[in-house]
Amino acid sequence: MSKISTLPPAMLNPPAGPPVRRRRRGLQRRATPYLYLLPTIALMIMLMVVPIIMVSGYSVMDNVITNQNPQPVGLANYVEVLTDPVFRTAVGNTIYFTGVSVVAHLVLGLVFALLLNSPLVGGRTKALFRLVYVLPWLFTVAIIAVLWRLLLNPNGVVNYLLQAAGVIDANVEWLANPDTALHAVTFINIWAGYPFFMISLLAGLQGIPKELYEAARVDGASIVQQFRHVTLPQLKPIIISMALLDFIWTTQQFALIWMTTGGGPINVTEMLSTFTYKLAFSRYEFSLASASAVIILLMSMILAYFYVRHQKARD
Amino acid sequence: MSNGALARRRFLALLGVSALALTAACGNGGDDDTAAGGDVTLEFSQWWEPELPEGSLRALMDEFEEQNPGITVELLSGPYASTKEQVVAGAAAGTMSDVVGLDGAWVSDFVKQGSIASLTDVMGEAGYDDSQLAAQIQIDGATYMIPVVNFVYPLLTNDQLLADAGIDAPPTNRTEFAEAASAVNDLGDDVSGWALPLSLEAPNGVQNDVMSWVWASGGSMLADGQPAVTNAEVTSATEYIAELWEAGVIAPGSFTMKEQDKVEEFTNGRVGMVISSLAHVNTLRESNPELEFSVSAIPAEDSYTGERGIPYASWGIGIAENSEHKAEAWKLVEFLMSESVNSELSSLANAFPGNTESVPDFVEGDPVFADAFEIYSSGYPENEFTGLPVAEELMRMFGEELQRTLNGDQSVDEGLEAAQARWSAEF
Repeated sequence: MSKISTLPPAMLNPPAGPPVRRRRRGLQRRATPYLYLLPTIALMIMLMVVPIIMVSGYSVMDNVITNQNPQPVGLANYVEVLTDPVFRTAVGNTIYFTGVSVVAHLVLGLVFALLLNSPLVGGRTKALFRLVYVLPWLFTVAIIAVLWRLLLNPNGVVNYLLQAAGVIDANVEWLANPDTALHAVTFINIWAGYPFFMISLLAGLQGIPKELYEAARVDGASIVQQFRHVTLPQLKPIIISMALLDFIWTTQQFALIWMTTGGGPINVTEMLSTFTYKLAFSRYEFSLASASAVIILLMSMILAYFYVRHQKARD
Repeated sequence: MSNGALARRRFLALLGVSALALTAACGNGGDDDTAAGGDVTLEFSQWWEPELPEGSLRALMDEFEEQNPGITVELLSGPYASTKEQVVAGAAAGTMSDVVGLDGAWVSDFVKQGSIASLTDVMGEAGYDDSQLAAQIQIDGATYMIPVVNFVYPLLTNDQLLADAGIDAPPTNRTEFAEAASAVNDLGDDVSGWALPLSLEAPNGVQNDVMSWVWASGGSMLADGQPAVTNAEVTSATEYIAELWEAGVIAPGSFTMKEQDKVEEFTNGRVGMVISSLAHVNTLRESNPELEFSVSAIPAEDSYTGERGIPYASWGIGIAENSEHKAEAWKLVEFLMSESVNSELSSLANAFPGNTESVPDFVEGDPVFADAFEIYSSGYPENEFTGLPVAEELMRMFGEELQRTLNGDQSVDEGLEAAQARWSAEF
């Protein structure tokens, strides 16, 4: 209050200019925040809103792009996609692939983060293992796919090591056998994705106040009890955020599946992403592909809703 | 500076930044391919440049530009798969390059889309005599693609492995092939008789490694342009492959094996026989200089004595319907199809020419290619997938059903009936 009273009178009572200039200045002041937002809004409209509207429009036409005179067909494409047995297989595979990947990412990430945060491990050893553990995250999907195709080749290193260890008697076609292919691609995805969890959880672990553990120890808590009642509750917000994000990202995994199995053998590794891609770029059924993409978008939005709600609750 | 002036400047700066962002978001849609002096720039998108010796396609374009002052060619090159996606996207957006490299499997879909021009019309306007063209891919009587060079897929056999297995000469019929595959397989040490790539990512194994058995015996998978995969010839070939599978002579990993994996297995001496493109011959020699191999015709049914169809893939060429320079684009096509340039291009690509008068120089200097040329000349190039709708998807569908059959989920007849039903739906 005192500040206001010390301002020069000229600023307290600015001279009233002509009404037009004042209105213009007021308009400029009100428009300025929106202008700051305009570049982002423009990009989001061009790169997100317009494509979503276009794809949604495509999904209710008989076919687009390859058809010069598309006609509206209502929800027929949605019915066709939802009643396609391969779509249902893709949904099942995607749920398995995503569910197992997220849980394994979480468990592995947490275990490695705990190891790296342990006071029992020396500084240099920690640095070395941090580098080793984070390596899979540094590779691009194409390299991961080529690497694991070579490793899991029937004549590859994995079979050699497993045979040498007496685990298997004959070479296994990990990616080419319908019984093992889905597990194999899930394993590759787990290997490629756990470092993201590990790094985030490690940062979370390092932020837990030491006093909480000291208090727990004074109360006689064992290591397991400290983990359950101190570590996990402290990490809970990070774990939930990461799990939801990972769930959204993994449901959309395309490149890894495409480059390792192409959705095969038969259709045992068919995912929603590969199913949609084939509709568009192999069958040129762009309207069916659009319907499939809209269904995936709706599924992702449900997950995104929970993520946003969780973030709001945190704030 | 007064507060008002500062606010005005900030306002204007923000307006400028916003305009820039909008411009960036809108892309560079205002490009014009006609330079100020009336010169024409042709875009030529293809996957050939990365597969040819470095700089060789550019050198040919420079030669074309010299012969055609005022026309500049801009090469848009990428791998096969991304070229296809770019062409599909370009066709949809009306931004397809003037001249496009085409695969026969895409033609029907692009014609349906209306994105490639009728070359019959363009040739007519240019007064071109097409008698030198070895082939033209036509839909409803109009030409849409011209094969520039052709890659044939003969049988490659590892001389050393066959000799070790007691086989003196490459097999000529199915019985001999099965015996040779079995003998090579018995060598042990993870060596297999034959490789069958059935990856669903790139399902061209169905064309090159499965249907080739049908075509080699003069058979067909079509009847009057419609699917006929339950006929005796396709059934016989599929049963034969299933027998080889049962005998365990096919290299493991077949269901996810791609063409490059097959070549790699052969290069490393882990497979005795493969059906493979001549385009891979140089790769084989560079990767394993000690590998000795022969080229022969794909074995036919034991009783078959007629001409053998030999599978081939083409580097085809077409002109975009949206091109504003079709006449200039045709000049480029005509240049590539001319006798001398076509000879040079086919020599560079180790392929057979699309011009009947052209003779690639490798035929005279290399016994492997000389053999291949003889096989090519004594039989006929065959690829029934060329010009079919959603050709790649047809291969994938057949591949899926064949995988189910080989996996023991259904009989050969059931698999072929399922494939027939799925193909018929696409026609």
